[in-house]
Amino acid sequence: MKLRTFRIGGIHPEENKITAEVATKVAALPTQAIFPLSQHIGAPAKPVVAKGDKVKVGTLLAEAGGFVSAPIYSSVSGTVLKIDNAVDATGYRKPCIIVKVEGDEWEESIDRSDKLETVAAHPELTPEEIVNRIKVAGVTGMGGAGFPTFIKLCPPPGAKAECVIINGVECEPYITSDYRLMMEHADEILVGLDLLMKAAKVDKGYIGIEDNKPEAIRLLEEKTANNPNVEIVPLAKKYPQGGEKQLVDAVIRRQVPAPPAIPVNVGAIVQNVGTAFAVYQAVMKNKPLFERYTTVTGKKVANPGNFLVRMGTPMKELIDFCGGMPEGDNKVLAGGPMMGKALTSTEVPVCKGTNSITILTDSDARRKKPQACIRCAKCVSVCPMGLEPFLLATASSMHNWEKVEQEDITSCIECGSCQFTCPAHRPLLDNIRLGKTTVMGIIRARNAKK
Amino acid sequence: MSNLIVSLSPHAHGTDSVERNMYGVILALVPALLVSFFYFGIGSAIVCLTSVAACMFFEWAITKYLLKKESTVLDGSAILTGLLLGFNLPSNLPVWIVLIGALVAIGVGKMTFGGLGCNPFNPALVGRCFLLVSFPVEMTSWPVAGQLLKYTDATTAATPLSVMKNAIKTGDASCLNQLPDSMSMLLGNPGLNNGAGTVGEVCALALLLGLAFMLWKKIITWHIPVSIIATVFVFSGILHLANPVYASPVAELLSGGLMLGAIFMATDYVTSPMTYKGQLIYGVAIGFLTVVIRNWGAYPEGMSFAILIMNAFTPLINAYIKPKRFGEVIKKEDK
Repeated sequence: MKLRTFRIGGIHPEENKITAEVATKVAALPTQAIFPLSQHIGAPAKPVVAKGDKVKVGTLLAEAGGFVSAPIYSSVSGTVLKIDNAVDATGYRKPCIIVKVEGDEWEESIDRSDKLETVAAHPELTPEEIVNRIKVAGVTGMGGAGFPTFIKLCPPPGAKAECVIINGVECEPYITSDYRLMMEHADEILVGLDLLMKAAKVDKGYIGIEDNKPEAIRLLEEKTANNPNVEIVPLAKKYPQGGEKQLVDAVIRRQVPAPPAIPVNVGAIVQNVGTAFAVYQAVMKNKPLFERYTTVTGKKVANPGNFLVRMGTPMKELIDFCGGMPEGDNKVLAGGPMMGKALTSTEVPVCKGTNSITILTDSDARRKKPQACIRCAKCVSVCPMGLEPFLLATASSMHNWEKVEQEDITSCIECGSCQFTCPAHRPLLDNIRLGKTTVMGIIRARNAKK
Repeated sequence: MSNLIVSLSPHAHGTDSVERNMYGVILALVPALLVSFFYFGIGSAIVCLTSVAACMFFEWAITKYLLKKESTVLDGSAILTGLLLGFNLPSNLPVWIVLIGALVAIGVGKMTFGGLGCNPFNPALVGRCFLLVSFPVEMTSWPVAGQLLKYTDATTAATPLSVMKNAIKTGDASCLNQLPDSMSMLLGNPGLNNGAGTVGEVCALALLLGLAFMLWKKIITWHIPVSIIATVFVFSGILHLANPVYASPVAELLSGGLMLGAIFMATDYVTSPMTYKGQLIYGVAIGFLTVVIRNWGAYPEGMSFAILIMNAFTPLINAYIKPKRFGEVIKKEDK
């Protein structure tokens, strides 16, 4: 049988999933935890603690700063040292709450037992209650973008959800945290999916997994064999299948129209496997989001592995635990090599969206020298959004904003397939980002005038 | 502590490069090159070597002394232009004419526009067409294959294409009987009188082998070659059925520069459209124009002109033919 996949473009980067079979270890507690107030898309959270306050694991540090926002909880126990600016993964100095770690004392409300709770055993959980608990626990998308999860469960007027799709694709090279999570917590993820389906008032759920993870497909198929409402969908390996729009196209054969449309406009709510797990813990165990699975990897890293990390842990401590920085010139990425952000400092903490710390060394860390465009059209054929990257990049570099807006630059998902493929090593995405950001600013200004 | 390298994503790159593509095409031309040595011997070797060496020299000299840019002579594009130019010439062409062709190809066809990636017309074809209108006699006397040791003194003969043209001119379909049979046109035909042609076009099979290699290595896609070949086949097939004075579609496909043009010249990255849809339009138009020029134009061969004409239309095709955007299907269904 031919496996499903998305229909336009796509590439096949080298997988390098070095850590796929390394069982998850619990990372050591940091000596000091850093909590950026902006770990999600939307308004930064507002601090509710002050310098000198004692906090426990699971204590609220900052409340949601608006509708599109999420609260932040402490992952450690100790004393609030200060609220100050510190460098985060974006490279900018942003306000953070810094906590000095003392012991490991948890809030009593958190259920720390391993007992598996099921939706059937908790009829008191109404859809509204589930959404509320997800909101209160500060759950955001764990795949990288970090959109507050509860908003996705409340479709805008005119849109109706028909199914929930769990994203177990993990198409980024190197990263294996979602795979380990599926292998180690399949039951919890399935309950998380049930909760999401109940919250969204739909009775169909899918889990999309690429066929390079046959073990995960087999395990989840086994566990859902008697559940007609949940379907495990094996997908042909292709990047960027983990992109929301690509995944919806691959799984239910529907294409989300150009922005501002979102997946729910075609009836789909997409959540990462990590998010499903966090939803389970938030709703069933009353555990806010302060821990996550993170891969620390790289070809030259001595002991790469997967870790259950308390958020706020500086990446340096994890890297040191894995054998420290490799010799030579390194590029440290929060995320994978296709969409990850290169860090300016390893003091940056693990946040809600940090699925991996990837270290590229020497020649892997450097870009190749750009040559003249030979108009081979390979960027056009790999673009998963059906755009013309060569044209967008050239027009953006000439600041022809009108032209790039006309050519749908705002549809770009910044997956980097064009630049990955370009035989002339041209910085296509750099220029397209410039154009996209500028055009989005122009559109916002235009809408504000109306 | 060592410094961290910081740049924007993506941080990974595939193995593709300009050189890989250029040398890939050159490799795909090797079977045809070997066959041409086998049929035209020393003449073909002299023409091809001169052409490649001259193109490389002009590329180097112009980048260094006129443009004062970094030399691009080793990226393979000049070698490719030289090889394709040589393939488009008769094997008895004197060296000095080949040199002029190379100068026009690289100097006028490519460098005046800014070098690789900027030229609107296929440089090798610019060179060939310049020679064709400047030296019509030398450029249309075709040595008979099999004279391995002869160069400018080789015996010449009519090509299958001029036989076809003659049939149309005289209106006598029996002229077409002089054509070699299809099998020998596919493989090349050293013994026959009419087995003449340019250096590279004599054996269609060797060129098809090159096509298979380029498709396998994903250097080109099927869209341009297949649309040209299919259009020529259908259009000339209709003509042949309507009036047997026009040669059979198989003979049209296997004769002259059709395969060379469809596989190696029209698929030139720089001068062909960027989208699959655009490439199909481009291919169909080239096929159509080729048959029109061959049957009703002044020249027996129309491939080069058809490609050059469509090169001129490429920017227009790029401006109007857009790839299908993600989500467009839905938009239409909603309306």
